[in-house]
Amino acid sequence: MTSLGLPAPPARAPQRRPGRLILLGLLALLILGAAAAAAPWLAPWDPEEMDVMGVMGPPSAAHPFGSDVMGRDVLSRVLFALRASLLVSTSAVAASLLVAVPLGLLAGYFGTWVDSVVSRGLDMILVLPAMLLAITFIAILGPGSVVAALAIAVIYLPILARVMRTGALVVTRNDYVLGARARGASHLRVLLTHVLPNALGPVVVQASILAGFALQLEAGLSFLGLGVQPPTPSLGSMLAEGRDVLTIAPWVEVFPGLAIVLAVLAFTLLGEGLRQAFDPEGVAE
Amino acid sequence: MADLLRVENLRKTFALGGPPWARRRVVALDGVSLSLGRGRTLGLVGESGSGKSTLGRCILGLTKPDEGSVVFDGTDVASLRGRRLQEFRRRVQPVFQDPWGSLDPRWTVGRSVREALDCFGIGTGADRDRRVLDLFHRVGLDPALAGRRPTRLSGGQRQRVAIAAALASGPELIVADEPVSALDMSVQAQILNLFLDLRQDLGVASVFVTHDLGVVKHVSDEVAVMFQGRLVETGEVDEVMDRPRHDYTRTLLAANPALHAIPDPRSP
Amino acid sequence: MSGLLSFSDVTVRFAGQERPAVDGVTLDLRAGEMFGLVGESGSGKSTLANAVLGLLPGSAQVTGSIRLNGREVLGLSEEELRQVRGDEAAMIFQDASASLDPTWPVGDQIAETIRAHRPVSRREAERRAVELMAEVGIPDAARRSREAPHRFSGGMRQRIVIAAALANDPRLLIADEPTTALDVTIQAQVLQLIDRLRRDHGTTVLLITHDLGVVAQVCDRVGVMRGGRLLEVAMGANLFARPTHPYTRALLAANPATAPRGSRLPVIPPEWSVESLGPGGADG
Repeated sequence: MTSLGLPAPPARAPQRRPGRLILLGLLALLILGAAAAAAPWLAPWDPEEMDVMGVMGPPSAAHPFGSDVMGRDVLSRVLFALRASLLVSTSAVAASLLVAVPLGLLAGYFGTWVDSVVSRGLDMILVLPAMLLAITFIAILGPGSVVAALAIAVIYLPILARVMRTGALVVTRNDYVLGARARGASHLRVLLTHVLPNALGPVVVQASILAGFALQLEAGLSFLGLGVQPPTPSLGSMLAEGRDVLTIAPWVEVFPGLAIVLAVLAFTLLGEGLRQAFDPEGVAE
Repeated sequence: MADLLRVENLRKTFALGGPPWARRRVVALDGVSLSLGRGRTLGLVGESGSGKSTLGRCILGLTKPDEGSVVFDGTDVASLRGRRLQEFRRRVQPVFQDPWGSLDPRWTVGRSVREALDCFGIGTGADRDRRVLDLFHRVGLDPALAGRRPTRLSGGQRQRVAIAAALASGPELIVADEPVSALDMSVQAQILNLFLDLRQDLGVASVFVTHDLGVVKHVSDEVAVMFQGRLVETGEVDEVMDRPRHDYTRTLLAANPALHAIPDPRSP
Repeated sequence: MSGLLSFSDVTVRFAGQERPAVDGVTLDLRAGEMFGLVGESGSGKSTLANAVLGLLPGSAQVTGSIRLNGREVLGLSEEELRQVRGDEAAMIFQDASASLDPTWPVGDQIAETIRAHRPVSRREAERRAVELMAEVGIPDAARRSREAPHRFSGGMRQRIVIAAALANDPRLLIADEPTTALDVTIQAQVLQLIDRLRRDHGTTVLLITHDLGVVAQVCDRVGVMRGGRLLEVAMGANLFARPTHPYTRALLAANPATAPRGSRLPVIPPEWSVESLGPGGADG
């Protein structure tokens, strides 16, 4: 077809789905989060308690998710593990945002040398593969949930900062930013009242999607024994433990795996819904 | 009476990229000088690349020139700091072209108009709200619109808001960069009328940056024609439009169809 | 009914809008004329133009009849429209950059338009492309046809787009605000170019613009649109000398270039303000 000169017909009106996606994601997260938070009260068993009689027992009335190799209740362990994983992943993303947002704002707003310094610094982090970086952190600082959260925060810092920077860059180009300066606003005031509110959208979207990735990353780390440490159960370590008995007692592996999938799905739905809701407003030119 | 504004030998180049040892530069302003008296309107005319917008920004103190000076009411703008800089900002205000980009889409227009008052700390909260209402009236806007966001106003209404915001601090000089270019002819007419009224009622001086000679002819006292960073001709409006001296001015006049192609419907 | 392009009571409605974007427009374009369709934003002029080549979004409902060269074009299939576009009728827009692929040499893009409608070899199409570029006034056309669009100025890009539009010698050229984004001095040149090409090739041109000055320079006849309706049509000179519709009169009087210096410009009477006509209607 002759490509020249003919623009595509105007896009159809945006569908009503973003609201539903956000709702679904939020709902799922709320349920998971509430369940995880209420773990101490919700869990029918102590996660460490070993029921020697019911080792590797299939799901039953006493053990709705079955029991694992040491007779521990899988449901209770999943609840506590979910709690640990959600805590690590959300605090990692939150910590990352705390640093990424100011860095991205400054880089995008001021440009010039500030941007160069910040961007090159972030590039250095981006160069390293995520897992490798995390393991290096842990090798230096020792394993544990705090270190895992810290490592994840550092890994996602460049991504979030970059999204913030792009948003700030685009928003700063607008005349109202210049106008605000002319009307006596200090740089700080402009950043906080004009740039940040208008550029934050995509960052929030990215953060929710990354929270899902953070969860997987944490699971990966604890699978290797480097994340959340025993006695606290973690989804990743449960996956590691369940690997050996997959054929005999699949529930030991399946339920923690399912928990991971659901949590990541919830974060992704939320992020995707937010993205669809924000895009029409067109900050991301 | 001393000039309100004097621009002396302004030079400004911008870097265009390329490696640090061979960075391409574009000359936006190449030794521009002009002056403006109190209460007068200067039409700054030029096409793209003429440097007119850069000159406007230098006058506002938003862009620092490489060489030369902008002298406002006897003081070199570049030397202003802190409170004196804020004072200067109060007295010189901008109006921008793009009705979309010149107002924060998340702010109510009332808040945008109040911004100068908030930042400069003028009056109490109640004072400021009153002033915003006054300003709305002055620019011919229904005050009930103050609670709306810019997307819910028409282009002409947004431009009125932008003008109200510029008037908030009671400036002596307004620098308007293509304030009517993005508007329909009928709306443009209304905004031009508003500028004329403001000049008459408030005695505010303005620098009107535009590419449209018709607009310049209508609202300006003086005209300055710019081409590729240089000022090629200045003078009283009638003088320049009827008896242009520079070739480029003549080209501009000839190319602007509105000035001769349309026979005046009122002439016999 | 001998017009090259005729609109018969054309109405365009967009989903969810109370007012039609185009409201019962009837208009005949004669072969070889340059017709200027003038209106402000929201007048429906662009919508009307887009309707000719089937470029309206799927949600638009179009009634009435549009005949091109005697053939009804409303209701043609996408395949049939594709054959019309770029061949029998061509369209150019305000932003030349949006019409050009930024990564391809411009010569190839023009050649592609040719080969889409004519069974010629690539070499022949490229040769013709260079010819066209020279015809629209691009110096050193052979060498420059290998360059990408960003190497050209805005005015040059618009010339390239015009060259591509005229590649297959269309009977009709629709130009939607072709000079609005250009500098004033370049505007005049591009308009003169379109006029010259029209006379050389005998093409009919529908020129859409909000700028009365543009229309005054080159158009034989002028139509004024407002709120989807065609208010008046007249010979160019007559329209400016003796406008009949009050809106046209108000529009002409509101032009600062012709009004007495420093006078208050007449305001369009409230009964004709867009606000009073309510929301709706696509961007004209």
